[in-house]
Amino acid sequence: MSPFTTWDIVRNLLLATQWTLLLSLVAFVGGGAVALAALLARTSRNRWARRGATLYIELFQGTPLLMQLFLFFFGLSLLGVNVPPWLAAALALILWTGAFLAEIWRGCVEAIPRGQWEASASLAQSYFEQMRHVILPQALRIAIPPTVGFSVQVVKATALTSIIGFVELSKASTMITNATFQPFVVYGFAALIYFALCWPLSKSSQLLERKLNVAHRHH
Amino acid sequence: MAAGLEFGALLDYAPVFAKGVAVTCELTVVGGGLGLALGIFCAWTRTQGPRVLRPFVSLYVELIRNTPFLIQLFFIFFGLPSIGVSMGEMEAAILAMVVNLGAYACEIIRAGIEATPRGQYEASASLAMGRFQTFRYVVLRPALQRIWPALTSQLVIVMFGSAVCSQIAVEDITFAANFVQSRNFRAFEAYIAATLLYLALAIALRQGMRLLALALFPRRRAAR
Repeated sequence: MSPFTTWDIVRNLLLATQWTLLLSLVAFVGGGAVALAALLARTSRNRWARRGATLYIELFQGTPLLMQLFLFFFGLSLLGVNVPPWLAAALALILWTGAFLAEIWRGCVEAIPRGQWEASASLAQSYFEQMRHVILPQALRIAIPPTVGFSVQVVKATALTSIIGFVELSKASTMITNATFQPFVVYGFAALIYFALCWPLSKSSQLLERKLNVAHRHH
Repeated sequence: MAAGLEFGALLDYAPVFAKGVAVTCELTVVGGGLGLALGIFCAWTRTQGPRVLRPFVSLYVELIRNTPFLIQLFFIFFGLPSIGVSMGEMEAAILAMVVNLGAYACEIIRAGIEATPRGQYEASASLAMGRFQTFRYVVLRPALQRIWPALTSQLVIVMFGSAVCSQIAVEDITFAANFVQSRNFRAFEAYIAATLLYLALAIALRQGMRLLALALFPRRRAAR
């Protein structure tokens, strides 16, 4: 009886996947910018900047993303602003991604030998010059595999935004299920689409890790 | 903004939150325990188990690690009944958590097993220990000890993930917050309270895992 053919289901899911992709991209790029700021604060010589960054990271890593989404969604409307789901979703995901990337990147910065800091300091470079010209270019190399790996978490995290009403792949799955009564097929295809998005990222993260590690060993 | 906040309104609903905490704890402990067992089994299969099973375990691990927990949960709770496997929301939630944690734990434990020094295998062979004995007494425990911090982090992630189970009407902390805010319209306060409860549970879980480690791995090894 269902007017939906399997192709209709897949087509509509793929249409919704655009929003999953867009939100992932926004969260990743925005989160990257926030993470860079948090990283600079976290590794700076100013004690208060360090504390602030630590608090931010602990807060967003130490609570469920779903709660962060709810707090942004309902908290901002408390201020009198009517928040559309996409805005709350984007803000929460950007800050959540930023907290995790900042911590990943901090590990990479700390993996740079002390001598590099000392050498650049002896060249009278300021903190930002040291970071810009000496530390970050080297840290970038080790940061690539875990960063690509974390992008998988970001794509999967966007599924939670369906709960506050943002229509992406998961929300679309629920809506199509309600129309077709074929949850097995719909959620099965949704899972396959997520897999198709995430698996290449996971694999390339593994490959990059191996490749960069090998290169490192030969030096 | 402070003028608009009223946490006193939540006190009437303390029992609802208490039930939520109990359910979240149940999900985490049962799901965590069984998930860990599944993870150990999968890690054993991938490293030393029968070769015929290995591709299936790899497929399982890759499928779970590359799809969102929410979709796994919905697939189990809404999808499986349409092929004749139906279960209550609590069973579905626990099954989803076990399946999810099993895949992540498998990878973590496998890393621990692969870090076992060759000499350990040789030593246990020289004591005429069988393959299972070697795994059980020589390989597994030090492997778990090695990866315990990573396992703890994963367990906290799974506990946070369990917030999603409220979507299939499991009455956990998030469900309590949803319920309360639908009654008194104090959404922000309800979710702040829920967030703090999760934060407290995460700290308690880390402490619990630390104590468990003390009980499981009593002897400090000299050669570390």
